[in-house]
Amino acid sequence: MFTTFRRLSLTVLAGTAALALAALPGSAQDHPDKIKIGYAVSKTGANAGGAAMTTIPNYKLWLSDLEAKGGLEMPDGTKIPVELIEYDDRSSAEEVVRAVERLAGQDEAHFILPPWGTGFNLAVAPLFDRYGYPQLAVSAVTDKAPDFVKRWPKSFWFLGGGHDYTNALATLLADQVKAGVINPKVAMISVADGFGIDLVTAARPSFKEAGLDVVMDQTYPVGTQDFTTILNEAKASGADTFVAFSYPPGTFALTQQAQVNSFNPKVLYLGVGVGFPPYGANLGEKAEGIMTLGGIDPANESNKAYRERHNEVNGQYPDLWGSVITYASLQMLEEAIKRVGLDREAVSKELSTGTFETVLGETSLEDNQLRDLWFVGQWQNGTLAGVAPADRKGASDAKLPKQPW
Amino acid sequence: MTLTTTLIAGLVLGGTYALVAMGLTLQYGIARIMNLAYGDMIITAAFAAFVVQALPSMNPLIGLAIVVPGGFVFGYLVYVFLLSPLVKRAPDKATLEVDSILTTFGLLFVIQGVLLVLFGSNYTSYTFLNVPVSIFGTTVAANRLIALVLALTFGLLFYALLTRTRWGTALRAVAVSPQSAQLVGINTDRAAAVAFAMGTALAAAGGTVISMYQTFTATGGVVFTMKALIVVIMGGVGNLLGALTAGLVLGIVETTVSTYVDPGLTLAATYTIFLVVLLWRPEGLFGRRVR
Repeated sequence: MFTTFRRLSLTVLAGTAALALAALPGSAQDHPDKIKIGYAVSKTGANAGGAAMTTIPNYKLWLSDLEAKGGLEMPDGTKIPVELIEYDDRSSAEEVVRAVERLAGQDEAHFILPPWGTGFNLAVAPLFDRYGYPQLAVSAVTDKAPDFVKRWPKSFWFLGGGHDYTNALATLLADQVKAGVINPKVAMISVADGFGIDLVTAARPSFKEAGLDVVMDQTYPVGTQDFTTILNEAKASGADTFVAFSYPPGTFALTQQAQVNSFNPKVLYLGVGVGFPPYGANLGEKAEGIMTLGGIDPANESNKAYRERHNEVNGQYPDLWGSVITYASLQMLEEAIKRVGLDREAVSKELSTGTFETVLGETSLEDNQLRDLWFVGQWQNGTLAGVAPADRKGASDAKLPKQPW
Repeated sequence: MTLTTTLIAGLVLGGTYALVAMGLTLQYGIARIMNLAYGDMIITAAFAAFVVQALPSMNPLIGLAIVVPGGFVFGYLVYVFLLSPLVKRAPDKATLEVDSILTTFGLLFVIQGVLLVLFGSNYTSYTFLNVPVSIFGTTVAANRLIALVLALTFGLLFYALLTRTRWGTALRAVAVSPQSAQLVGINTDRAAAVAFAMGTALAAAGGTVISMYQTFTATGGVVFTMKALIVVIMGGVGNLLGALTAGLVLGIVETTVSTYVDPGLTLAATYTIFLVVLLWRPEGLFGRRVR
C-alpha cells in the first residue's frame, strides 16, 4: 500500500516537473534540454576489475569535466548539460546487449559509450550499427579491426591488434639479439583465455619471423596462483627472455614468485596489470626494466596533466595503457559534436576523417583505427615509458638487460 | 625439478587449500549450513587485512589477532540472526540444506555489494614477507609457508579440541545427531552457532593469509567457495583432518601435474581426482558412511 502510494506520488511529481519544464521558454529551439549519454559496463562480475581500471574512471572524469564546462558544446556555441544513464552488465554478454538495446530503444540516448573488453565490444557492435550509433571501442584488442570497419562503418578501434604488439616485441627482441645483449631463446607462457590465446597465437609467427627460438610455450588456466613449477622450468630452459601473456592476478603472482625464486631473465615481459599504478607503487625500484603492452611518452605534458586530474576526480591514477586512450576517444567525441552537432551520422564521419587535439597530442584515425600507439612499454624511472615502435616521436630507449631483483 | 621440490611446492600450495577448506567443513559438518557466502567471507577478511596492514606499525600477522576474532563475532551474529530461525523451522535435514543454500546465496550478494561500495571492483594486493625461504634446498615464499604452518596448526588444534575436550565431544554429538544431542542436555543451537562462528574465524584466518600473496577483488569469493567445497567433499563433510589431508593432496597433485605433464591440465587434474574420490568413496576420504 505504502509503496503504491509512493510510486504514485513520484509519478505525480515527475509529471509536474515535466509540465513545469515544458512551460519554460526554450532557450535554443533546435536543441534538446539535455543530452543523454548512456553506457553499460561491467561494474560487478569477472570483468569488473578491468572496467574499474581502464573504463569507468575515464567516463567519470569526462562527465565531471563536462559538468564543469556546463555541458556539451554545440556548433552554435550553446552548451547543453549531460544526463547520464548507466547500466551494470554484470560481466554478462547477454546483459550488455540487452542494456545497449534499452539505451538505444527505450532511453533514446543521444550517444552510447562502449563497454569494457574485446568480446563485449564485439557483442554490441551489430547493435550500435543497427541503431546508427558511433562505437568508440577502446578496450578491445583485435587483429580483425579492418574487417570490422567494413562490416560496421561507424565502429572505431583504438587499441590495435595482437599482431601489432607481438611484432613490435619481436622486432625489439631481435635487435637486442643482434646487439649481443640476449640470446635468441624465448620462454613463453599464456593464460588459456581470450587475451592470452589471441596474443600467443599472434606471437608464435611474429617470433618465428624475427628469428627467435621459442624453447618453452605453455598455457595455464585462469585462476592459477602458483607459478613455481612454470618459473623453474623457464629458468631451466636457458632462455634470456621470459614472456607471459597474463591477466592481472597472474601478472602480480608471477612478479612476486619470480622474486622469491630469484628468477632473473634478461627480458621480463608480463601481460595486463604491469601498467596499473599500484604495480609500480608496490614494487618501487624493483619494477625498473619490466616490460609489457602499452606505455606513455613520459615527456608529454598534457598526458601528465590528465593523470593528475584523473587522480583528483577518481582518487586513483590511470593505468598506463588503455586509460589515456579511453579519455582521448571521449575528447574526440566531444570535439566532433562541437563541430557538427548531434547528428550521429555526421559525428561518425567527423571522427573518421577529422584531426583532433587530445591528451595524446594531435590525434586522427586511419581507416577508423588509432594506429599511433605504444606497443611495448618498459618501467623506467618510475613510469611506464613507451619503447616500441622505436621510431615514434617520444619513444624511450629500451634498457636491457633488466637488472636482477 | 626434483621430486622433493615438487612435493614441497605442492604442500605449500595445498596448505592454502586446506586452511581455506577447514572452516567450511566445520560449518557444513557441525552447524549443517551449506554456506555459499563462505568465499565472500574470505574476501572480506582479505580486505580487512588489507586495511589493517596499511595502518602504521602494523602487519598482517598482527592483523590476524584482530581479523580472526572479528570473523568469529561476525559468524556468530550471522548464525543467530540469519540462520538460527531456519534451523528452528526446518522439519528435516534436506529442507535445512535447501533453505541455507538459498539464504547464504543471498548473503553472498549482500557481502559482495557492501565490498563493492567500500572498496570498488579493482584488483587489490600488497606485498608482505615475499622473501625466499629454503627448505631442503627448495625455495618457497615465506608468506605461503605461513599459510601451510597456519593450516597445520589450526587443523591439529581444532582436531584436538574436538576429540579431546568435553566441549568438542558435544559439538561432535551435534554433528552426528542434533535431535539425540538435545536429549543428553546439549544446547544444540548454541553449539551450532559456535561451530559456525569458528568456521567463519577460520575463513578470516585464510583470507588474511591469502591477502599476503594473492591478488583479490570484491567479486572473487566464489572461486574460494568452489575450491573449498571440492576439498570438503573430498575430505569427508565435517572432518577437519579430512579437509587438511584433501587440501594437501590437491596441492601435491596440481604441482605434480604442472611439473611433469602440463600446467594447462591442473584444473582437469583437480576435477579428475575429485571424481575418482567420489566414485571410490562417495562419503569422502575420511567421511562416515551415511545410511
